[in-house]
Amino acid sequence: MSDTPILELVGVTRRVQGRDLVSDVSLHLRAGEMLGVIGPNGSGKSTLLNMMAGLLPPTRGQVRLAGQPMVRLRRQQIAQQLAMVSQAAETGERISVRDAVELGRTPWLGPLWPWSARDDEAVQAALQAVGMEQMAARDWSTLSGGERQRVHIARAHAQAPRILLLDEPTNHLDIHHQIGILDLVSQLSVTTVIALHDMHHALRCDRVMVMQSGRCVALGAPLDVLTPALIREIFAVDAQLIAHPAGRLPLFAFQRLA
Amino acid sequence: MRRGAAVRGTGWLWLAPVVLAAALLFGSAVGETPIPLSTVVAVLASKAGLPAGVLDPVDASVIWHYRLSRAVVAACVGASLALSGLILQALLRNALAEPYLLGISAGASTGAVAVAVAGFGAGMVSMSAGAFAGALVAFGLVTILARAAQGTGVQTTGIIILAGIAGSQMFNAMTALIIAQSASAEQARGIMFWLLGNLSGVRWPDIRMALPMTLLGLGVALWHVRTLDAFTFGADSAAALGIDVRRAQAMLIGTTALVTAVMVSIAGAIGFVGLVVPHAMRFLVGVRHARLVPATALAGAVFLVLSDVVSRIVIPGQVLPIGVITALVGAPAFAVVMIRGRQR
Ligand SMILES: Nc1ncnc2c1ncn2[C@@H]1O[C@H](COP(=O)(O)OP(=O)(O)OP(=O)(O)O)[C@@H](O)[C@H]1O
Ligand SMILES: [Mg+2]
Repeated sequence: MSDTPILELVGVTRRVQGRDLVSDVSLHLRAGEMLGVIGPNGSGKSTLLNMMAGLLPPTRGQVRLAGQPMVRLRRQQIAQQLAMVSQAAETGERISVRDAVELGRTPWLGPLWPWSARDDEAVQAALQAVGMEQMAARDWSTLSGGERQRVHIARAHAQAPRILLLDEPTNHLDIHHQIGILDLVSQLSVTTVIALHDMHHALRCDRVMVMQSGRCVALGAPLDVLTPALIREIFAVDAQLIAHPAGRLPLFAFQRLA
Repeated sequence: MRRGAAVRGTGWLWLAPVVLAAALLFGSAVGETPIPLSTVVAVLASKAGLPAGVLDPVDASVIWHYRLSRAVVAACVGASLALSGLILQALLRNALAEPYLLGISAGASTGAVAVAVAGFGAGMVSMSAGAFAGALVAFGLVTILARAAQGTGVQTTGIIILAGIAGSQMFNAMTALIIAQSASAEQARGIMFWLLGNLSGVRWPDIRMALPMTLLGLGVALWHVRTLDAFTFGADSAAALGIDVRRAQAMLIGTTALVTAVMVSIAGAIGFVGLVVPHAMRFLVGVRHARLVPATALAGAVFLVLSDVVSRIVIPGQVLPIGVITALVGAPAFAVVMIRGRQR
């Protein structure tokens, strides 16, 4: 193994209308890790993920994918390595669940590289992974918000990426599927960056990055980073860490500051 | 076993040439004086060098020089406009997008008229080139207007259609102005031609332009079926799926403008084909472009050949502009698409 980071941000800044939405963020993503990005609404999580995906160019700084500057790669090369599940991707088309998941194979196909049995397998595996194989023929417009989210994740899964970027993937999901998605993501042998609001979910990550007003204010192991003092400062709530009775990950108890 | 997505549901494709040939034969047989299908076939056979017996030279001439050429051009125009609508709908994520409603056809008319009537370009550029420039200018203006109007409270999908209507009105006014100013009215082909379309003047030489352009449009669309699919969840999602969005848009919208422009310079601005046909085909073959592109091209061709037949026979002794027929079908379809969009 070389020690080239799989994805690297070097002093990345995104400036729009004289305001830094993301300001001077640097990061080495480690192969196989699950990195949680946490921060208040509007702190720049989505903007950061979009820059990681090469969908937004940084105003300053550089994003490197496997050592290569992102701006020099073709979109297809990027999409073969990196999949993104955005916060709100909607359509009015009457597509089926299977159609939506099949879109994930796009970077692996071309006019001269037709659909093959391998693509069918990838789609089937992706549908199974999110438990949607029974609903493969369902019309998109008939799905609930959580089901749509699972289909989006299946599409990213079918893309067979090395890096998976997920923007609040557990939004809309019931508790069973929230845990299911996190389990799924941590089982996959992909490097994952996941924007989150739930501290308990963040505790399951390998590392956590905390954002505030576009800046990275902390980066490290979850329990080192998510201290009551930091949570109080960033989210203006009082947090207490409570040991799990059965010895699993600790729990948070929150209270708004008066 | 399941077949791959690229071929699934395309088994009907072998029917396409049959359906198209039937429509062309029908278009050649029906008219002010109906000619039996057997005579049409015999004329075609004799043109192909096959023994065909004795033919009435008048019938043969009407079929060959007038009706068949007209039917073939109608098919080309129909296929091209329908595909243009399909591509614009996919790229703009807007169910109402099509060349006529977005003002592209009106811009092409103005460009063609500027060259042909006002002598713009001093004979150095062809009418098609003028139409292409007009189409691009119109699309550019409409997009800029739509961008500028964003955030004014009008729903986003509505903005570009409103901008297109404003653009159409302006370009149609310019077309009328240029024609009114020009001295020779017969060279002007009449304002109705440019505003509503007309296939009356069409002859074989027009096919030399129309057919290659139609095949170009079809080829580009077929090459990009996966790209068009990838826009299902919007341009950002397409980019995340590995599509070079800028390049794809430039390529596809450029082709659309070119093909529309050539069709307008041959047949005038025929509306609503790009709206009616793709929506009907979505209903029949689904939303995946591997099926939708060939289905739309075929149905567009057949739709315009039949519309042309109707325009010739609906009022005895009079030929209506073909745009009247397509609008009579298309305007209600516009309303249906709009209402269904609301319910979602
Ligand atoms: N195109 C834009 N132009 C101007 N401001 C923008 C633009 N995009 C985002 N912003 C602003 O940048 C800030 C960061 O937005 P971003 O979507 O990255 O936040 P976020 O952390 O993902 O928030 P949330 O938790 O609500 O999803 C917000 O204040 C937002 O209003
Ligand atoms: Mg966000």
